Amino acid sequence: MAKFEEYKDIYVFVEQENGNIAEVGYELISEARKLVATIPAMGYKVVGVLLGNGIKDKAQEVIAHGADKVIVVDDELLKDYSTQFYADALTQLINKYKPDSFLTGATPLGRDLAPRVAARINAGLTADATKIEVDQEEAANGVALLDVTRPTFGGNLFGTIVCKNTRPQMATIRPKVFELAPVDESRTGEVEEFKPTWTTTEPEVFVEKVIEKVKGDVDITKADILVGAGRGAEGCLDLVQQVADELGGVVCCSRAVVEDGYMDKDRQVGQTGKTVRPSLYLACGISGAVQHCAGMDKSDMIISINRDPQAEIFSISNMGFVGDVNKVLPLLVESIKAAKSE
Amino acid sequence: MKIIVLEKQVPDSTEISVDKKTGTLIREGVPSITNPDDMAGLEAALQIKDKNPDTEITVMTMGIPKAKGMLEEGIARGADKGVLITDRAFAGADTCATSRTLADAINKVGYDIVFAGRQAIDGDTAQVGPQTAERLGVPQVTYVDEILDVKEDQITVKKSLEDVEQVVTVKLPCLLTFLSDSVYKPRYMNCNDIVDLQKEDKVQVLTNGDLNMDPSLIGLAGSPTSVKRTFTKDVSDKTETFTLSEQETADMIAKTLKEKQIITK
Ligand SMILES: Cc1cc2nc3c(=O)[nH]c(=O)nc-3n(C[C@H](O)[C@H](O)[C@H](O)COP(=O)(O)OP(=O)(O)OC[C@H]3O[C@@H](n4cnc5c(N)ncnc54)[C@H](O)[C@@H]3O)c2cc1C
Ligand SMILES: Nc1ncnc2c1ncn2[C@@H]1O[C@H](COP(=O)(O)O)[C@@H](O)[C@H]1O
Repeated sequence: MAKFEEYKDIYVFVEQENGNIAEVGYELISEARKLVATIPAMGYKVVGVLLGNGIKDKAQEVIAHGADKVIVVDDELLKDYSTQFYADALTQLINKYKPDSFLTGATPLGRDLAPRVAARINAGLTADATKIEVDQEEAANGVALLDVTRPTFGGNLFGTIVCKNTRPQMATIRPKVFELAPVDESRTGEVEEFKPTWTTTEPEVFVEKVIEKVKGDVDITKADILVGAGRGAEGCLDLVQQVADELGGVVCCSRAVVEDGYMDKDRQVGQTGKTVRPSLYLACGISGAVQHCAGMDKSDMIISINRDPQAEIFSISNMGFVGDVNKVLPLLVESIKAAKSE
Repeated sequence: MKIIVLEKQVPDSTEISVDKKTGTLIREGVPSITNPDDMAGLEAALQIKDKNPDTEITVMTMGIPKAKGMLEEGIARGADKGVLITDRAFAGADTCATSRTLADAINKVGYDIVFAGRQAIDGDTAQVGPQTAERLGVPQVTYVDEILDVKEDQITVKKSLEDVEQVVTVKLPCLLTFLSDSVYKPRYMNCNDIVDLQKEDKVQVLTNGDLNMDPSLIGLAGSPTSVKRTFTKDVSDKTETFTLSEQETADMIAKTLKEKQIITK
């Protein structure tokens, strides 16, 4: 296998908007810390890459989350995200610093940017990774080859992808896939500024207007307790809400429930919805299609109620109950109340 | 105006299941469909043509010879012609190599706008659109929901992001990626056209004899990523499934949540 002497360290793209850093960047830094810890002999660093305007002061926050070094590209052209200027800046940065691997959140922004950059530098890019490991056999030979695992065929099949002959090894990772490590405000690290050279400052795409989507009042990805409603619970959504209220949790749903018009898209969990990782996911009348499970199977505890003993949801649940939600949920509200007062 | 619509033939992933005994995918009998996001792209192109009949739509795919049927369906829906890029030399391509080949063929055919799906439901990468745009050296707009205005040299679209929608204008040539969740729901095929097709072959086949690309840049050889192994999900045995009375079910859930300190006072 080819060796890449010049290429070092694990770089993480730290996405921000108006100075607010997206949590996924910190999740990736936390995971990168674990990865470098598996190859101590190589002396790899975790490097955060921060692009924007007026964001220099955020570098310390990135370090506190686990970066050894932060490269800041602070430029007026990077104030708001554009494929063009972000890709220009990032490619130059990669060409200069030569990261061995480069991780980006699989957010709408990350999935717009990373492929464009990968194509420009002809690097391998693995989309939507759910697990990353360093191949220890290769590491013994001084190569930090990443084994990147991702679901395909709607989550039915998993593939482990490697990038043997090109650098950097790039991957995008969905939010909430990796755990956030505790913050250490006293951590110190290096901050370096990088100035890209613009071949043009003329934008190719003009944003005429930004329309806020009618936002739901809650963010299901932040909820610690989720009660999920599927098509089987469409007749008793009020009860689902009551159970959530009793547990201090939030209601979310499957795509079927959104399609049937009972809930907003921002409550949808799954491949085309949100990825969640609560302490408890209580699935009510959800069949457990792979596209749904892809968004919630990392939950700490999954309890499901479904009247079909063969329902797929049972195979990913910690506890499954065969039963009719219309009958179980009213009793559950009372049992929870009783358990609270005990 | 010349529009190229990129389409990929994919197995209907909702029909795929895993054989729990052998841990392999059951692909038999799984129908092939046109990738849903690509259908939205085709419909968007057809609506432009409805308003402006001068528009020329080419449906294009890189795939196995059988994928010709998908292109014929696109023509039956209203596209003018199809381009099938097929050759053993292109097999095993990852998104990096696929986008090279597509861009090469797109340049040969000529275009003002390229429409792609956001994401294919088999590979799920959502990379081929942006990577093809990069190889063509044109701007991209991803997550397009609706086309608002088409002019000779620019197009205005609405794109859908997580919290906001943006109205953006981009100069032509460019590449747009569409969502099946968009306003573009596929129209029906015209059956007469299917019959017509048999008379007149409107699908051009391109092999690497025609494209003449460097073999080290295409197919498996041109792909920086490779698959080390594949596996199906472990059928977990962590599950316990209970069939109890409703009251027992409710009590057991509450008791468990109390033990796990999810229910507190
Ligand atoms: C490209 C693609 C992307 C997708 N993305 C997503 C996604 O992000 N999120 C998502 O959720 N889905 C997604 N889907 C759809 C997914 O395949 C399923 O169709 C969907 O999740 C089914 O929702 P459901 O389980 O609520 O409904 P159903 O499949 O209709 O299941 C209802 C369940 O309720 C049970 N039930 C019925 N009545 C009762 C009762 N009285 N008491 C108890 N149980 C009862 C039934 O036994 C059944 O298991 C996607 C599909 C595709 C093709
Ligand atoms: N082999 C192919 N031929 C034509 N278009 C493709 C091909 N692969 C991907 N595409 C296009 O790129 C989009 C994204 O695909 P993917 O990156 O595989 O998720 C698809 O929706 C298609 O429009």
